This record gives sequence, C-alpha cells and structure tokens, in this order.
Amino acid sequence: MSESDIAAAFEDGPAFVPYLTAGDPTFESSIEYVEALERGGADVIELGLPFSEPIAEGPTIQQAIVRSLADGMTPVRFFEFVETLAVDVPLVCMTYYNLIYQYGEEEGPRPFVERAAAAGVDGLIVPDLPVEEAQPLRTACDALGVDLIFIVAPTTTDDRLDPLLEHSSGYVYVQARLGVTGARSDVSDHTSHSLDRLKGYDLPAAVGFGISTGEQAGEIVAGGADGIIVGSALVDIVADGYENDLSVEETADRLEAKANELTTGITEQGQPRSERL
Amino acid sequence: MSETFGRYGGQYVPEALMPALEELTDAYQRYVLNNEDGFMDEFRQRLETFGGRPTPLQRAEQLSERYGTEVYLKREDLVHGGAHKLNNALGQVLLAKYMGKERIIAETGAGQHGTATAMAAAHLDMPCEIYMGRTDTNRQRPNVFRMRLNNAEVTPVDIGRGTLKEAISEALRDWAHTVETTHYVIGSVVGPHPFPQLVDAFQAVISAEIRDQLRERTGALPDSVVACAGGGSNAMGTFHHFVDEEPVDLYAIEAGGSSLEVDQARGVAPNSASLTTGTEGVLHGARTRVLQDGHGQIMESHSVSAGLDYAGVGPELAHLVETGRVTPDSVGDDTALAGFHRLSQTEGIIPALETSHAIGWLEEATPEQLGERVVLTVSGRGDKDLETVLEETAERDIPAAPQMNVFSNPTTGGDGNE
Repeated sequence: MSESDIAAAFEDGPAFVPYLTAGDPTFESSIEYVEALERGGADVIELGLPFSEPIAEGPTIQQAIVRSLADGMTPVRFFEFVETLAVDVPLVCMTYYNLIYQYGEEEGPRPFVERAAAAGVDGLIVPDLPVEEAQPLRTACDALGVDLIFIVAPTTTDDRLDPLLEHSSGYVYVQARLGVTGARSDVSDHTSHSLDRLKGYDLPAAVGFGISTGEQAGEIVAGGADGIIVGSALVDIVADGYENDLSVEETADRLEAKANELTTGITEQGQPRSERL
Repeated sequence: MSETFGRYGGQYVPEALMPALEELTDAYQRYVLNNEDGFMDEFRQRLETFGGRPTPLQRAEQLSERYGTEVYLKREDLVHGGAHKLNNALGQVLLAKYMGKERIIAETGAGQHGTATAMAAAHLDMPCEIYMGRTDTNRQRPNVFRMRLNNAEVTPVDIGRGTLKEAISEALRDWAHTVETTHYVIGSVVGPHPFPQLVDAFQAVISAEIRDQLRERTGALPDSVVACAGGGSNAMGTFHHFVDEEPVDLYAIEAGGSSLEVDQARGVAPNSASLTTGTEGVLHGARTRVLQDGHGQIMESHSVSAGLDYAGVGPELAHLVETGRVTPDSVGDDTALAGFHRLSQTEGIIPALETSHAIGWLEEATPEQLGERVVLTVSGRGDKDLETVLEETAERDIPAAPQMNVFSNPTTGGDGNE
C-alpha cells in the first residue's frame, strides 16, 4: 500500500502541524494566515471547519469558530477555501460529524469525503467520532484515499488502543492532557506515558493540546513525539490581530514568526523518524 | 446492551470521554438493572422520604367536564423541588456516589434540573457545579438563588445565545478534563449512551405509579397519555410502562414557539419542535432529530418555556415517533399561555410553562384522540415562570388571562389588559 502524503510528511524528522480555523476572521485574511504557516515551516496543516456546537474546543477556538461562522463560513465555502490556498503541504480538515453527515444529497459521509478529496484535503480529524461510530466514514475515506486521524486521550484505556490505531491512518493525534483545546504553560506528564504506549505501533504520533512555545515543542519531541500540533497559541495571534485592528500583513508576519519559533524548537531537538525506529 | 434505538442514539463524543461512558454503562447495568448493593432499594427509599413520592394521580374535575372525558393529572409538580427532575437527579447523584465519584456537574436550562441536582448533591453531600446559559440565568433568577442556597456553584455560559444548548456543550467540556473524579448528571434523556437509558430508568417511576394508581381507581388502562416534551425526560418517564400497551395512545407535545417556519438564512427556528419539524442529525453525543440548517449547523431554538427550548430531543423518543408508537404534536406560545391560565383557574394548580403546552393541547385535541380516559403529567409547578407569564400575557390577547394591572406594576400593565 502506498504511503499517504501525510505519513510522508513525518519521514524527515519530527513534523510541525499547526491548526487554524478556516475563515477566521474572514475568508481572505485566513488564506494569508494559512500560507504564512507554511512559510514558517509547517509540514502538515490542520484546518478547522467550524461547527456551531464544538464540544471539544476551549474558549480560544470557540471564539475563532464564532468569528468564522459570522463571516459566512460553510462546508461549501470551506472547500473553496482549500482550493484557493497556495500551499504544498498536506491538509487535514478538522470538523464535527454532523457537518460531514449532512453534506450532499446522498445519505452518509461519502459525499463529504468525495468533495474533500477533490478539493485537495488529505485527511480528516473528527473529535466527536470515536472508533465505535466511525465505520461508515472509515469506509468512505479508504475508498477515496483520505486519511482518517484518531485521537488518543490520556484516559484511553489499553484495550482501546488496538482498535483505535487500527482505524487511524496518516498519524495519531496524542492528546497531551485532559480537557479541551487551549494553550497552557505546563504540558502534562500524561504525554510521555501516552508516547510509551504507542511505541509498538507504526503510525507517527503527533502531540497536541496546550503547546505554545518552541521550548515546549522541543521538550516533547525530545520525549519521543513524531510531531507537534499547535492550535490555540496560533489562534490567539489571529484573535489579537482582530481585536487590535492589526493589518493582515502584520498578523501574518506574527504567525510566521511563531511558526518559525516552533519549527526551530522541534528541529533542534528532533531526529528523523527513520533514525529513531 | 444495545446502544441505539433503531437508527437513533449512539456515542458521538470525544475519545477522552469514551472510557467514562464505558464505566457508566457498567455501573448502570450493575446498580440500576441488577440492584447491586441494594442501589435501587436505596434510590426508591430516598425518593419516598426526600422526594415525596409517590405523587398523586388526581382526577381533574373541571377539565373532565370541559372535555367530556375523564382527565387525570399526574402531579409531578408535587415532587420535592417542584418538578419531575428530582427523580433523575437523585438517581444519578446517588449512582455517582456508588461509583466513587467525588464531584457532580450538570447543565440546566430553566433551572429545574440544576435546582434538582443541587438539592440532591446537598442531600448526599457531594460538591456540585451547575452550568447555565447567561440568558437563562437572567430569565430564571429564582432558580439561580435556589442553587446557590444549596451550596452549588453556578457558572454562567456566555457563548452563543446562552441557553440550554450552550450549557450542555460547556458541561461536556468540563467533563472532558475532570472525567476521572466527576460525574456529569445530564438532565434529560439526551446525550450519548447510556444516558438516555439511564435517565429513562430513573424517570420511569412516573408511569409505574400512573399505571398502578389508575388500575386501582378504575381497573383499566388509560386511552391516551399526554406529556410535554423538550429533551423528553418527562415524556419518556410518563410513557415508559405504556409503550408495550398498544391500545394506549401516547402524545408528546412540543413547543411550537411563535411559528413552525424556519429562518434558514439567520439559522433561527422560532420553535423547539424537533420531533415535529426536525431532521436526523448528530448533537450532543447522539444521533437524533435536531433543528438544523441545510449545512448541518444547529439552529437557535425558541420557546416561551425555557425548559422546552432545545434544538434536539432524546433518541428513544425520536425512534418511538419514527415507528409510529408516539404521536408528536406541537403547541405554540399563545396556546401554552392560555393553558397556563386555564389550569390555574379551573383546577387551582399553577403549572410550569412546559406543562402548559400539554394542557393547551387538550383544547386542540379531538375527542377521538383523548378517548374516555386521559392521563396528563403535570411535569412541574409554575412558580419559576410567574414573571415570564405576566410579561408574555401582557403582550398578548389571552382569553382566559386575569386582569393583573390592579397592582400598577408597569411590567404587567400592558394594553391588552386595560
């Protein structure tokens, strides 16, 4: 089986995987912001497709979702957004199951996955879809060559790991601590425990939830992570630009600088995955 | 144990919560279904001594005469706290104790579930935090005070429109980082498996008592059973023991709000009638019928009754409607307000605005629908709704409404009453 573009992005050393909510605060500015992340060293980019009831998100990303929805973001616009982006790295769409399920005329998740694949989306993360409910989406993703990324939580029991990793492709999202998304100054020691548990599996393990500095990113990579996912710390920069009326260029520059800091933190500590296996 | 009801139900939650749902499912089977450690015995005993059960089944004399049929009222307004909500809250807080949890969280809309949970938590000596939308804290202030008096923390939720939908989302977020020590007492037959079955099991006492009380009184089953439905815990509790009794017609009355028409562009449904007008979707952990726009975004719902103001409904109720066992209908704000005044005047019972929808429906129902014996559950008492009722009545022409302007309060002196 050929390796996906997403899995390949983890081959040359630990990957930097930033997240932004697509369309926050507007369609046009958000395009600039995502492209700035690539210039700052992103290996894979996660794009949030906003849902009105984001039960897994903390206040920072909730507000990003409110701004994006207010600007008129919809699943239809989201795919136009992806098609407008001029980036070469793999893209992952992070959204909630109801939007996937409702898309298109035909019942089930396949129309959404078809459209996503056509637009250039390489993978999906669906925070409210545990493996127990995921078979229809897994089948559609397999048929269309789209990765489906599952989250391993600190509470995930050992007997859930096998089915979870079996269903996951591209990478596995290691939730560093309990709770919702949001930048924190400390990163839980759940992380090293989770990474230890995943050592026997082939999939790259990317750690997210609460990472905001290059130093933290470096520590987690030194602890064995194959990638670092950063969301709220970047969304904070978008929010700050929005609230203080900064120009799109200035906010984009700040995002690029933050991405650079995180990339540097990762590469200083990290070795290529091939040398660690 | 099945996790679904036909095509509805399931567990659409973050992975972090899945182990907690497995633990809760295990506890539900052991303690609730198998009465391990005498859990159900203790629950029933506390329902009696703390909760005031059994509640009466009362023949409503004026309504019986008005509709030419025997109308019985199941008086859940007489449960401690003034609503059926305590049945579930007491059961779940007790279950949390048996499970060794140290903290209780809950969401609340009208505040009835929040006050019931706060009472149960105080009674069973558990710390308790209640999430409540900011809009609801403003329109249900007495219930905020009651929760605080029972020593519960009340945390307002500012995101969105600040009602029940947002409060549930926020409670789920809390649970996602406190799951190891905390039990989330969900307030209705909604959410991921096993919550819909668990809440139904605790509310089923309503229909068990109705069946026994009516049999003792008349030796017969009712022809029809009527309950208001928001999330559906009152309806499921009232229907539970009649679902397998085919001759008994079951009516779930939803809030029709100001209109059943939906404003797609603004994402607003001026009603809460998810059984009558909703479509299949995934909300708050379950596949069910929801009010949503064409993209799948959940709509802002509306009802004069905060307790019915919710864009989803319990998956089992959705399933019973789909199979034709339960007949859904809706009643708008005006008819519900008229029902409120009618029950207050003719029977001396001030009902909750939620209940008032079922009362209002009696006026619109056909004699064939009602049959010879009707049971209607008075899900709660209306003290919490007095301010809303006076304001809303003043804005409308409600035939049965009394004149209130004698008190010269500007909020009650609308033109309609001059």
